[in-house]
Amino acid sequence: MPEQLLHATHKWKNLFKSATTSLLKNRMRSLLTALGIIIGVGAVIVMVSIGQGVRANIQGRISSMGANLLTVSPVRAMTGGVSQQATRNTLKPEDAEALRAQVQELEAVSAVTQSRQQVVSRNGNWNTTIQGGDPSYFDIRNWTLDTGRTFNESEVRGRAKVAVIGQTVVTQLFPNQNPIGQQIRIGTVPFTVIGTLEEKGSGFGGNQDDVVIAPWSTVLYRLSGERYLQSINVSAASPDVMAVAEARIQSVMRVQHGLQTGQADDFEVQNQADLLETASSVTQTLTLFLGAIAGISLLVGGIGIMNIMLVSVTERTREIGIRLAVGARGSDVLEQFLVEAVMLSLAGGILGMGIGVGLAALVTNLMGMPLVISPLVLLIAAGFSGAVGVFFGYYPARKAAALDPIEALRYE
Amino acid sequence: MSHPIPHTDVIRTERLERVYPGAEPVHALRGIDLRIQRGEFVAIMGASGSGKSTLMNILGCLDTPTKGEYWLDGVAVSGLSRDERADLRSRKLGFVFQGFNLLARTNTLDNVLLPLLYDRKRRIADPEASARRVLDRVGLGDRLDHEPSQLSGGQQQRVAIARALVNDPTLILADEPTGNLDTRTSVEVMALFQELNAEGATILLVTHELDIARYCSRAVELRDGLIIHDAPIANRRDAAADLTMLQGNTGLGAVHSSIFSSHA
Ligand SMILES: Nc1ncnc2c1ncn2[C@@H]1O[C@H](COP(=O)(O)OP(=O)(O)OP(=O)(O)O)[C@@H](O)[C@H]1O
Ligand SMILES: [Mg+2]
Repeated sequence: MPEQLLHATHKWKNLFKSATTSLLKNRMRSLLTALGIIIGVGAVIVMVSIGQGVRANIQGRISSMGANLLTVSPVRAMTGGVSQQATRNTLKPEDAEALRAQVQELEAVSAVTQSRQQVVSRNGNWNTTIQGGDPSYFDIRNWTLDTGRTFNESEVRGRAKVAVIGQTVVTQLFPNQNPIGQQIRIGTVPFTVIGTLEEKGSGFGGNQDDVVIAPWSTVLYRLSGERYLQSINVSAASPDVMAVAEARIQSVMRVQHGLQTGQADDFEVQNQADLLETASSVTQTLTLFLGAIAGISLLVGGIGIMNIMLVSVTERTREIGIRLAVGARGSDVLEQFLVEAVMLSLAGGILGMGIGVGLAALVTNLMGMPLVISPLVLLIAAGFSGAVGVFFGYYPARKAAALDPIEALRYE
Repeated sequence: MSHPIPHTDVIRTERLERVYPGAEPVHALRGIDLRIQRGEFVAIMGASGSGKSTLMNILGCLDTPTKGEYWLDGVAVSGLSRDERADLRSRKLGFVFQGFNLLARTNTLDNVLLPLLYDRKRRIADPEASARRVLDRVGLGDRLDHEPSQLSGGQQQRVAIARALVNDPTLILADEPTGNLDTRTSVEVMALFQELNAEGATILLVTHELDIARYCSRAVELRDGLIIHDAPIANRRDAAADLTMLQGNTGLGAVHSSIFSSHA
């Protein structure tokens, strides 16, 4: 019936108006009360946005690296059920050779090693990661050359002191110069710059342009002085042969390492899906942790609202008496205080969303990740803060509704 | 608004009793039989503690009697629920209190609109127009935006009277409406009540001042929860005339004769 509809809108308009008036009468108090909700909702938005940003970033990276990438790495030794730091002493350069020779399903194989070193040019000094690989490493990891050339097989065999450098390193070491052909010193070893990489931008795990790539043999034997590889990157010929390739790699590696039947693998083969899972399990732990913080601050915020609403009911006892005397039912008073509590928490929620989105934008920007704000999350956050208002506002509102009009009118 | 059954009493009670329970129960009302007709202007008088406020609370549907029957405008109130009594207050009653009881930091117009927030049946089609009309009626049509703290006591009480009128009530209940006002302002308020009464309003007013009761048309006196006198006012005074007198600085002039007519 339109008449009833008109009455309902009229009523809600009035409820809304009186709640706003009453909250604005105590601006500071309202703001402080809503603070818990603001922080809670803000935390939820930040954590969800960052979590989603990380996922989107990892997915983006995986598709840019190609779905065919497989990584062979040393397995973590287990002692009494406790996972130890990765032992780097199982992958030998010969393992990479063997895979290249024996697994037909592979398109490319690259030994991988890393070393953190100080890099010095005539004009600069920079601490960065030196990555060692085979010539195929550039293809496998989706590096594109900007200028110069990459190193070749014979340079790998000869442990040649040649390096390809990323754009950050170019800026640091060769401001306004052409780096090709220039000498740099990595640690104590002099290298010649033979190429520069195209800019890749930063991503999860840091700036991808802050890198020096050299033959793995040079990095392993001349720089870090080790004998074992960090990992072996391979790319399968096509996505269809991934499973077969994984199985072949496993059997070749077992033979290489002389493992008997019944003995566990001392290496593991991971595909991109596995890596994604690892990464998202990390973000999930983070999400859970931040979620707990958000939950606690919403709870505390809710209790704050309940507290202030109880104070408000006492302060406004006489007003409640007047309303009851002029014809308000208990339910009218209940609605009034409930609307006020919900408006308080909802306003806090919306403010928290604004702050959360702002913070998330800042953080993702700093981390070089895309900002992902899903409307569903905003909707859930709004719903949640409203629900907090209903839940914690109900008790004070019911107390107000149950007041005796005569006593309330006499209240000083 | 037209009234459905013109000859029904606005108020009718039968052996109304109210006992406040406790270690020593207080018999505040001990059998009140009262009939008030449409258009009457009744003063309820009596010493402090005689039960005036208790009676007003029951007649105002804010409280329920321990025993006895009460009909308000033909509706039996005794058996009604809390919500039904709230609806009855909204439909049929207007309250004026000693302490004004306006909402603080709320302007005149919104204070007067308050009862219409709870006008569930939408008896008043245009709340705002009604509020403006009654505020004009009490002479505050130019003070719509003022808050109670910006008004004098007399003006605040007139806002309260406007609030009591806005829902077009069958009965106006006023508990010591002049208790917080000086003589002159009291007479002004009584003049307003007399005008409203002349226009047909039924008014029930609690006071312990003879001077105030003299402006009414009938006085009911309580003592210890019982009616001991109930009679028309013999020499009823005209508040408007007294006001002119006060303006002339003459003073009210004591009237020594009994307020009750001799044959009561
Ligand atoms: N809530 C209550 N609980 C217990 N006793 C009460 C209560 N209210 C009133 N009484 C008692 O009932 C009696 C009548 O009180 P009531 O307030 O009706 O008197 P009154 O005529 O209005 O007095 P006054 O002129 O002082 O306002 C008094 O004895 C009072 O003490
Ligand atoms: Mg009293």
